[in-house]
Amino acid sequence: MAILSKEEAQAILKKVVGFSKADFCEVSLRGSDGGNIRYARNAVSTAGQISTMSLGVSSTYGKKTGSATINEFDDASLEKVVRRAEELAMLAPENPEFMPLLGPQTFPESKTFNANTAAMTPDTRAEMVGKSLGVSKAAGLDAAGFLENSTNFNSIMNSKGLFAYNKGTNVSFSVTVRNKQGTGSGYIEQDFNDLAKMDTLALSKIAASKANGSAGAKAIEPGKYTVILEPLAASDILGNMFRGFDARSADEGRSFMSKKGGGTRLGEQLFSENVNIYSDPMNAEIPSSTWSGDGLPVKRTQWVEKGVVKNLAYSRFWASKKGVEPLPFSRGVIIEGGTQSLAELIKSTEKGILVTRFWYIRSVDPQTLLLTGLTRDGTFYIENGEIKFPIKNFRFNESPVIMLNNVEALGKPVRTGSGLIPPMKIRDFTFTSLSDAI
Amino acid sequence: MKRKDFLYLSGMGMGALMLPNLSAFGTPIDPLQALDGVDVRIKKELADVALNAAKSKGASYADIRIGRYLNQFVATREKQVQGVANTESYGVGIRVLADGCWGFAATNNVTKDAIAKAAEQAVAVAKANAKIQGEPVQLAPQKGYGEVSWKTPIEINSFEVPVKEKVDLLLNVNDIALQNGANFVNSVIFAVNEQKYFASTDGSYIDQDVHRIYPNFNVTKIDRASGQFKTRNSLSSPMGKGYEYMHARPEDKVSGIVTRYKGRYDMLEDVKEAARVASEKIKAKSVEPGKYDLVLDPSHLWLTIHESVGHPTELDRVLGYEANYAGTSFLTLDKWESKKFKFGSDKVNIVADKTQVGSLGAVGYDDEGVKCKKWDLIKDGVLVNYQAIRDQAHIIGLTESQGCCYSQGWDDVQFQRMANVSLQPGKEKLSVDDMIKNVEKGIYIIGDGSFSIDQQRYNFQFGGQIFYEIKEGKIVGMLNDVSYQANTQEFWNSCNAVCDESDYRLGGSFNDGKGQPSQSSAVSHGSSTARFNGVNVINTARKI
Repeated sequence: MAILSKEEAQAILKKVVGFSKADFCEVSLRGSDGGNIRYARNAVSTAGQISTMSLGVSSTYGKKTGSATINEFDDASLEKVVRRAEELAMLAPENPEFMPLLGPQTFPESKTFNANTAAMTPDTRAEMVGKSLGVSKAAGLDAAGFLENSTNFNSIMNSKGLFAYNKGTNVSFSVTVRNKQGTGSGYIEQDFNDLAKMDTLALSKIAASKANGSAGAKAIEPGKYTVILEPLAASDILGNMFRGFDARSADEGRSFMSKKGGGTRLGEQLFSENVNIYSDPMNAEIPSSTWSGDGLPVKRTQWVEKGVVKNLAYSRFWASKKGVEPLPFSRGVIIEGGTQSLAELIKSTEKGILVTRFWYIRSVDPQTLLLTGLTRDGTFYIENGEIKFPIKNFRFNESPVIMLNNVEALGKPVRTGSGLIPPMKIRDFTFTSLSDAI
Repeated sequence: MKRKDFLYLSGMGMGALMLPNLSAFGTPIDPLQALDGVDVRIKKELADVALNAAKSKGASYADIRIGRYLNQFVATREKQVQGVANTESYGVGIRVLADGCWGFAATNNVTKDAIAKAAEQAVAVAKANAKIQGEPVQLAPQKGYGEVSWKTPIEINSFEVPVKEKVDLLLNVNDIALQNGANFVNSVIFAVNEQKYFASTDGSYIDQDVHRIYPNFNVTKIDRASGQFKTRNSLSSPMGKGYEYMHARPEDKVSGIVTRYKGRYDMLEDVKEAARVASEKIKAKSVEPGKYDLVLDPSHLWLTIHESVGHPTELDRVLGYEANYAGTSFLTLDKWESKKFKFGSDKVNIVADKTQVGSLGAVGYDDEGVKCKKWDLIKDGVLVNYQAIRDQAHIIGLTESQGCCYSQGWDDVQFQRMANVSLQPGKEKLSVDDMIKNVEKGIYIIGDGSFSIDQQRYNFQFGGQIFYEIKEGKIVGMLNDVSYQANTQEFWNSCNAVCDESDYRLGGSFNDGKGQPSQSSAVSHGSSTARFNGVNVINTARKI
């Protein structure tokens, strides 16, 4: 078992820091324990059980830092890794961006751990996958899916007294269900901290329904359409944008957040007024660690308010250079939405396209954040508030910045991927070509 | 401390914590020992423990991989070193067949007891899943090779080159970029050494020492007044070579509108041109969308080959094993069975080759003990074969695997990965200049850029690094905002010229992702410059 309690982790870290002779020493200790099952063609293809733990030490003399890692935990090995890091620090060039270590910080206890998830066994996984296979076999369809669970802990300590610890669990499930003729495909994915929320039977039924419903797709002309993006599709495309909320690259002039003539677009109305984006590690639906990798407390942060960019992420170095407070970006982005369900969004649409998910999204132009990619596993034409027929997949070329300017309505947010994302109705979404892929 | 220790240690672990994607755990060992590898006699003893333990628990087949994976990553930006990291990962992965089902377990505790326990755990996993298993696994026979070894033919071990030499080179690269007008520059040298030992109940004990290197940079030019910025990446290829790759000779350079490289790479020369090109790109005109004849340099075409030929000819994708992640393939079995599916024009001959010297995918044996080879995938434009591993061979009537099984580490299960897949050079003498002379309205594309393809590998869109407009047989200037879209089969059928062998070069990727949990593998793709007529080009400029 590679999962240490807070006290066990603290004891090892204290010992390691105690071995240090350098000016400064930072130590991190992490472990994970988990397993997975992968299946395809209605049968298990691979399965595994993996347990790991590792320790990293960074030692600094002046502004010269060396780091080393190890995964043995007897006293001799722990001292050896500290000496190795110190030896490297002496050989290293000075790092002009070295920041003095943080002192003790206060962090609230996160909500990322769930005991039921931590207790999962190979039999639990086989049973959950068995339910999914039952759906596809009974319906005469083919399923390919992946179920994975993990328990992990992460802790850091430094020679100035900082200590942080977090323990978490995760279970994730995804399944693609296809008909035997290869003319229809449906998909669903979900992840939770709490196993009790994961219903592989219900999720597989949704994927099976989409597989049947998407068979016999018609081709319609590429062009600009009103789209309803399911939360997964919206999450797929927006994840690329969040990585751009970095102050340094914006200040340096090489980001979509850079301003013509210099400076950043902080404070500008970049999106529609109904767009509000924040992160909060204590959110019950999508909890995350309450501290960042370098030991900064992570707090609720408003990134966009009524379409105006309110904050950019500042590393400790860049914050010191710009004379502002450092602000870590957080996992678990939350986009506020409304109360409408996906079905209600469809009902309110005269003509449009429902997108289950996107695939192979790549940046085309970092200047405008133009992305390309394709729809996949269930794309449908909507007319007069009803799904009329399945349509062939499209390639899109669109910027999420433009997309969030064209928001017509947002539904009720749901946990998807690493965010809490609403279904979105977007006008003038640009599809540029058709794909025959199913 | 010996000099060699010092050189190795001078990079050991620095910045490792900044590199979350690199496996950062492993047993503490003497640096010199890490370079020289573990004694094969010890590895054989450990392997036999695993194989015997698995058999005694009821496995009908078992294999073990004992791996030590060394990575070195030296990264700089502008005038400073961002990080120097040596990571090392050492452990064993055991795969078994029991009750007709695969099971796998891994441990970083390389002791006889822990290995025996992992073997038993692998059998237990197989038996647990056999309860929900469908058709039992059918494994192609494989003869045992006894005790054999293979090593990447390198001249200089990258890990023995002092870190200072690499740092000095990269800072020099950055200086040249900044002196030639770049505002920002990042440069990196990434080196890999996989010390892999494989043993199986077939009777093979295979010891391999695999080396790869990837030098690259990215320069950015900014025009503050207009708010424009443009980048250009290096035109290097990652290679299955040692540090000799960094010592370019005149014969390794391909002259033309920009210098490209074969065999060895001149990073200093390339960055000077990159800075110039990035500045030119700021002023280049935006492309008029429409149909163009595309002249594609191997530094670009490798990626198109990878996505539109390499992946769809993987048999696991054809069969549906990747349906939930990377997708399936339009090259279904009926197309192959027809023996007349016209994948491309008559000019299109594509081979899979795990033995190609200098390539990223070159090994002596794959990760299930199959000796590597070369075979045809597309012959005179017709689909003739796939890429398969042992548990798929029977499906396409093969009596043995084609040797395409690979795992990114000892702690990941091996599964089907792409061989080096390459377009063969044209049989008639044809230079790039001769090819361009025959283009009325075209675009010459050098270097890889944005890439996206659908889940069955029909519809794709590719960008690039540098785009030159061709009018009436001449290059007339540089273009911006170019991407081309096509359907794979139409695209390869529009291929009407391939330059001869003198222009043949390798490109490739260090990080081809596939599988769940996702694994990466390194693979090369060779070609000569090729022409594709009447391809749809779109303009990607937008305003936000």
